[in-house]
Amino acid sequence: MTRSIFLSLLFHASMIVLTALSLPFMVRAPIDLPPIVSVELIQISDKTNIPFAPKAREILEKKKEEKKRVVSEQAPPTAKKKEKPDRIPLPEDKKEKKEIVKKKQNPEEVKLQVRQASEFEKKELFDPNQIAALIDKSKEDTAETLKKNQKLTQSNVKTSFVSGLTLSEEDALKAQIFGCWSLPLGLPYEENLLVRIKLRLRPDGTVLRSEILDHARMNKPGQGFYKVLAESALRAVRICQPLRVPPTGYERWKDLQLNFNATEMLKG
Amino acid sequence: MRKILLIIFCFFVFKSNASALIEVDITRGNLDPLPIAVSPLYVESGSVDIKQDNEIIKNVGEEISKVIEVNFRRSGLFNPLKKDSFVQNPDIAHVKPRFEDWNLIKAQALVTGKVTVSEDKLRVEFRLWDVVAAKEMLALAFSTTPDNWRRVAHIISDKVYQRLTGEEGYFDTRIIYVSETGPKTQRYKKLAIMDQDGFNVKYLTLGNELVLTPRFSPTNQLVTYLSYFRNLPRVYLLDIETGIQEVVGDFPGMTFAPRFSPDGKKIIMSFAKDGNSDIYTMNLETRVVERITDHSSIDTSPSYSPNGKYICFNSDRSGLQQIYVMRADGTNIKRITFGKGLYGTPVWSPRGDLIAFTKVHKNRFYIGVMRPDGSGERLLTENFYQEAPSWSPNGRVLIFYRETKTDSEGKGFSAKLWSIDLTGYNERLIQTETDGSDPSWSSLLSK
Repeated sequence: MTRSIFLSLLFHASMIVLTALSLPFMVRAPIDLPPIVSVELIQISDKTNIPFAPKAREILEKKKEEKKRVVSEQAPPTAKKKEKPDRIPLPEDKKEKKEIVKKKQNPEEVKLQVRQASEFEKKELFDPNQIAALIDKSKEDTAETLKKNQKLTQSNVKTSFVSGLTLSEEDALKAQIFGCWSLPLGLPYEENLLVRIKLRLRPDGTVLRSEILDHARMNKPGQGFYKVLAESALRAVRICQPLRVPPTGYERWKDLQLNFNATEMLKG
Repeated sequence: MRKILLIIFCFFVFKSNASALIEVDITRGNLDPLPIAVSPLYVESGSVDIKQDNEIIKNVGEEISKVIEVNFRRSGLFNPLKKDSFVQNPDIAHVKPRFEDWNLIKAQALVTGKVTVSEDKLRVEFRLWDVVAAKEMLALAFSTTPDNWRRVAHIISDKVYQRLTGEEGYFDTRIIYVSETGPKTQRYKKLAIMDQDGFNVKYLTLGNELVLTPRFSPTNQLVTYLSYFRNLPRVYLLDIETGIQEVVGDFPGMTFAPRFSPDGKKIIMSFAKDGNSDIYTMNLETRVVERITDHSSIDTSPSYSPNGKYICFNSDRSGLQQIYVMRADGTNIKRITFGKGLYGTPVWSPRGDLIAFTKVHKNRFYIGVMRPDGSGERLLTENFYQEAPSWSPNGRVLIFYRETKTDSEGKGFSAKLWSIDLTGYNERLIQTETDGSDPSWSSLLSK
């Protein structure tokens, strides 16, 4: 028994020795492999929202040092960088970017600056016209930032899985309705001022059917303003007819929901 | 089993909804005043002319529409269109407007009406049309005496305003103010009352004594004010209907800055003695006097919140004049203004959401509003000298008075009534026969 174990061990040992000694000589010179490069695959949507590549990150940090100024939305990397980034961006980069963008797009902040009465005190000379101009500007600013916000979310979420309107199509429609909507000016600021209207359109953009979605709210006590607001929204749709819808793809947009929200306009 | 079926059902319902609908957010619109056409009211044949104060009013229908137009324009919320552009005749328009015609001139709303006048009766009916939706929004009729035609115009304005903005109007109201005549050193001050658009002025006192700070009671029948009778300043109460005047309370000294409580049962005012003034109330029924504040500083200009639970006032207890809020029983006093400058004449809005005040900073006067907790301060207007804001009954417009500078020759002084709305843009002079100060807005007359 012990003998056979001994033989087996000896045999195995000799095999290992043989292999160790003989095999390296049999191997040919290895192929010269290039260093492995990781490639990031990105789907390109209408609006790019990819994480910033390292170079963009450098720019970002530089900009941040310069009083944390805002990076333009068009700053993202060139096509080359996309194909051969040195490394995959860390999640921290994303966070940085988000923070900075927020600074630009937070409508609350813009508003507060203008609404603070103490601003008046800082100025030695007080000109009501100037303030009127400021307020006007702030309204535009908030509205613009808001619009941008929506653009981003649209590209992130909606266009990815809902076959809705493209951004330019949506912007054309919005711009048209903005012009038609006369906001009732006596609305209470603190209330929920959202009116949702569902439309069924004809192929030429005229309205076949319109429906106020929160219809029940109209007759609730203390919500008299809601009726006024809803009527103004309906009026806007009617004045705007025919709506600026894309010439093709009727099936895509024949049902449309418009969310009229007066809060930002009146609070600014 | 039923639960499972329900879940499956819900799944399909939500799924079908979510997949098809495109949502577009509309967050901007234009803040231009609403274009509205006020067609002259059609006077029915057989109607007589109205004789009023030696004046003959021939076409009362047209006059009413003019009053409505002025009201709308002054509100800043409407843009009444020029009558020259109207195509349709008033009589046909009132029965069934041709909406295409009104659409052409970009009217979004249309007011039409019919007037029937007899010797002792005026009957007015009116309709409000949504031109865009081509439907009627409102239709009402009133009967009254012919010389009341201005009030009818104001009531129509209120109804239209309420229907189109969702909040109460303020056109059928009156304003009490101090009418001033004579040079600055020797002013005659009389109590005067007028419609909110400056018409129908009536004088309530003769001008023998100096009068200040008149305030309406919630029912608009009583007025409380400060008068210097025999050079002793005291708070008086005047019944507008009967003309009976009386001193409020038996105070051994000067009383001033009176105002009614929201239920009209009490008058709140300041009582000054030995250089110290505190806030007191007097119950008009029981004549019981109650002391509200007790502090060595000057507490004055009290004003109740619309629910009667709180009082705002100004006091110099911190060294400078600032605004404070306390419970109606005088407890829990809190300072709410901390900005630079002096704050005074606080007035609680009838809506309860804001307090209007006068602010003085670097020799300039501001009229502003803030929330009752002192946040959200907004200055609406600034001038050389202006003060004493008073709220319109819907809490949207403030009336106040503004004085101009006297030049080196002692000329150029004037005191005028002005109004401004909460946006701060719509500032308007209110035409009065004489100079005016200390205006106070009544509540709605037709409630």
